[in-house]
Amino acid sequence: MADYILVMKNITKEFPGVKALDDVNLQVERGEIHALVGENGAGKSTLMNVLSGTYPYGTYSGDIIYNGEVCKFNTLRDSEKLGIVIIHQELALIPELSIGENMFLGNERKGKFGIDWDRTFHEARIHMDQVGLKESEHTLIKDIGTGKQQLVEIAKALSKNVKLLILDEPTSSLNEEDSRMLLNLLLEFKKQGMTSIIISHKLNEIAYVADRITVVRDGATIETIDNHDRTVDEDRIIKGMVGRELSDRFPRRVPNISDEKGLEVRHWTVHHPVYTEKVVDDDVSFYVRKGEIVGFSGLQGAGRTELAMSIFGHAYGSGISGELYIGGKKMNITNERQAIEAGLAYVTEDRKGNGLILPQTIAVNTTMARLGKVCNGAVIDTVRENMAAEEYREKLKTKTPSVQQAAGNLSGGNQQKVLLAKWMFADSDVLILDEPTRGIDVGAKYEIYCIMNDLVAQGKSVIMISSEMPEILGMCDRVYVMNEGRIVAEMDVADASQEKIMAAILKSEKKKEGEKQV
Amino acid sequence: MNAKSFVKKYTMVIALVAVFILFGLLTQGRLFYPQNMSNLLLQNSYVLVLACGMLLCILTGGNIDLSVGSTVCLVGALAAQLMDKSGMNAILVIFLCLAVGAVIGGWQGFWIGYIHIPPFICTLSGMFLFRGLGRVILKSKTVPVKDALFLKIFASYVQIPGLDNAKEKWLPSALIVGVVIALVLLITVFTSRASRAKKGYAVGPLAPELAKKVIIAALVVYYSYKLASYKGIPVMLIWVLAVVFIYSFITSKTALGRYFYAVGGNEKATKLSGIDTRRVYFLAYLSMSFLAGLSGLLMAARIASVNGDTGNAFEMDAIGSCFIGGASAYGGSGTVAGICIGAIFLGVINQGMSIIGLDNNWQYIVKGAVLLIAVIFDVVSNHKTGKG
Repeated sequence: MADYILVMKNITKEFPGVKALDDVNLQVERGEIHALVGENGAGKSTLMNVLSGTYPYGTYSGDIIYNGEVCKFNTLRDSEKLGIVIIHQELALIPELSIGENMFLGNERKGKFGIDWDRTFHEARIHMDQVGLKESEHTLIKDIGTGKQQLVEIAKALSKNVKLLILDEPTSSLNEEDSRMLLNLLLEFKKQGMTSIIISHKLNEIAYVADRITVVRDGATIETIDNHDRTVDEDRIIKGMVGRELSDRFPRRVPNISDEKGLEVRHWTVHHPVYTEKVVDDDVSFYVRKGEIVGFSGLQGAGRTELAMSIFGHAYGSGISGELYIGGKKMNITNERQAIEAGLAYVTEDRKGNGLILPQTIAVNTTMARLGKVCNGAVIDTVRENMAAEEYREKLKTKTPSVQQAAGNLSGGNQQKVLLAKWMFADSDVLILDEPTRGIDVGAKYEIYCIMNDLVAQGKSVIMISSEMPEILGMCDRVYVMNEGRIVAEMDVADASQEKIMAAILKSEKKKEGEKQV
Repeated sequence: MNAKSFVKKYTMVIALVAVFILFGLLTQGRLFYPQNMSNLLLQNSYVLVLACGMLLCILTGGNIDLSVGSTVCLVGALAAQLMDKSGMNAILVIFLCLAVGAVIGGWQGFWIGYIHIPPFICTLSGMFLFRGLGRVILKSKTVPVKDALFLKIFASYVQIPGLDNAKEKWLPSALIVGVVIALVLLITVFTSRASRAKKGYAVGPLAPELAKKVIIAALVVYYSYKLASYKGIPVMLIWVLAVVFIYSFITSKTALGRYFYAVGGNEKATKLSGIDTRRVYFLAYLSMSFLAGLSGLLMAARIASVNGDTGNAFEMDAIGSCFIGGASAYGGSGTVAGICIGAIFLGVINQGMSIIGLDNNWQYIVKGAVLLIAVIFDVVSNHKTGKG
């Protein structure tokens, strides 16, 4: 019989009106990497919150058996004492504190009088070395990237003497390089005998790293797939997740590209808003035709979001120079309002932070960017507003009981649809979609792709910034590759491949290093 | 609507009814004397006016304006001195003083909106600045307000010649106005339903809508009856109602009003939606100080004098009304109707305690406790119904 470090038996958890988990069973072997997959709202996070004691014993039914003993956790601390550590999708780090301080936050190393800082930073160093963090332990969290912050979280877990590490979407905001590094680190820890549970939407990563994969659907465990020999492919997992074969991950589209350019940008240079001498985007020129989807590929920090936002009415950056043509006409756009009037839309990558007003209704969010369309003079016609929101709800198949729901109550995929509705309502001709499918599940992704196809079919221009190369290759007509603020390659999708894109990035780095040496 | 959601939606209304009944009993009905009912609104007129302005500030993200009381003092002082010393025409004084209020608002709004000075600090500085300026203008003395026109504009009672006789105790004009307002309220229920139905819009069930309006209409008639029994309609009430209606309209019906909620809900998203968020902050503080100026005039007329302590801690009453009235301390939610209920709630407690003759120090203690309880109640009840 296998040696199970953790068995969750017949777990049922109810919220008022909803059965979030229904008789769930999960078995995790000692020393394996176990993946939990499922669509948004399937119950993965709830299950992990039950395990970690966030939902205390008694609020659910069923048993948690850890190391052969039935556990009754009342708080997060109880589970951490036994070495179960959960790292959430939204990192729990304080930006203004140093790495070392963050690692021992709530778990301070006490000396005779107050905190023993020498010991704190000494131990921090040890765990940082284990995860390969070369930064000083005194570096502030805000000064390191998301990838490294994720490593700090893992180092923090190590400092708690972790036996079972749970990672909720650890790579959702990381680029491919950082993600790979993180996954390899997990494999390394596995060799040293640590058990981990990973929740992720990125199925290629799951297939790469997991020994066994448990599929959760509608609050129930559907199956556990064995992947010890790494033969499971993404389609196999998707089949379990959606309960049917998803024959095509990208909807087909007959390209109908006009010769007219929707947007053209020439010699666009952007400086950092605070460190104004730092160049973020350097002499970038590109165009997108009407009816065309153009992809922007590249690593995190390549300057793509900054490029998009600076074009969108100088919403980012300082010392911006360059020429901007919309529909062939030269434009001088210096604020967001002018950009919207000119038909530009920037659909942010950060829908919670920059995109939606979560406590407000779907209707309010939908009309935000062009409120004038439903106004008589200065007065809002709420009836017309609701009808407009309703129209987009139907068009985009947003799942919600009514447009009077607060946007914050929707799932990620539906929030993304509301955000798209907002910019479609704004009569945008050129839509810049920044990571439009980040953190949303397979089914919703497909629907977002369909909406993109509809948009270009109407003759609009779409720019898609994405860190997921398969979707760039699957959806776009043309691809620009960016690295360190410059466009380093442009290719037709027919000629493009993941290898070519990576090669373009790497080649540009080498070239730069060569320049430095000269 | 079931009982639970009814209670949740009308929590503060129910609480208001409860304190009315409580103090009605404690004062053996004296609270409901016409004179006391009339004074209830007059005593709190400044709170209602200031709370409207404070709501806009709070909507932008829980920001408050601490300089309100000092602005009241400064503008009141200016008005009093101009009329007392230089004998300037009252109308001119009013316009000048309102302009000064707006300039103060523009000053603070500029720093807060365009230079991003934290509102707390900027208005704290204003609190010292304007209080000091006010006292300088007053030369540390109490200046009387005796200008007849000025008092008539702000502190008199409406009397219709031929209908009302000031010497009599009964002034029918107040009741007539009240009945007319009540009738208009009831008629609009049907006309607005008819016009909605004509345009093909959805129309909700009649009974609850009508019931709500009947209750409001009954209260209007009741209150106007009380006013008719004591001096008639105070002009100050008209000023207050005008401000309340204008702010209620702006916040609930206009695009501009929507922007205050948007900035408080998510400032970055609002900016990326093409809305000038700096202007929204600017306008919030502009309107606040403008209303503080108006309050300064109302206070000067009501007390008939201005001294260096006029308007002291008024900002706290306004802030308290907003939070008791359900405005979110984080911004983005709150209504004018809600804060009016909050202000009247505070007013009833004040008035009730005064009638009972409770010691002033104890009044502070009760007010503090009520504010805390109201906010705790709000936070806890919202938390429970949240996503848990």
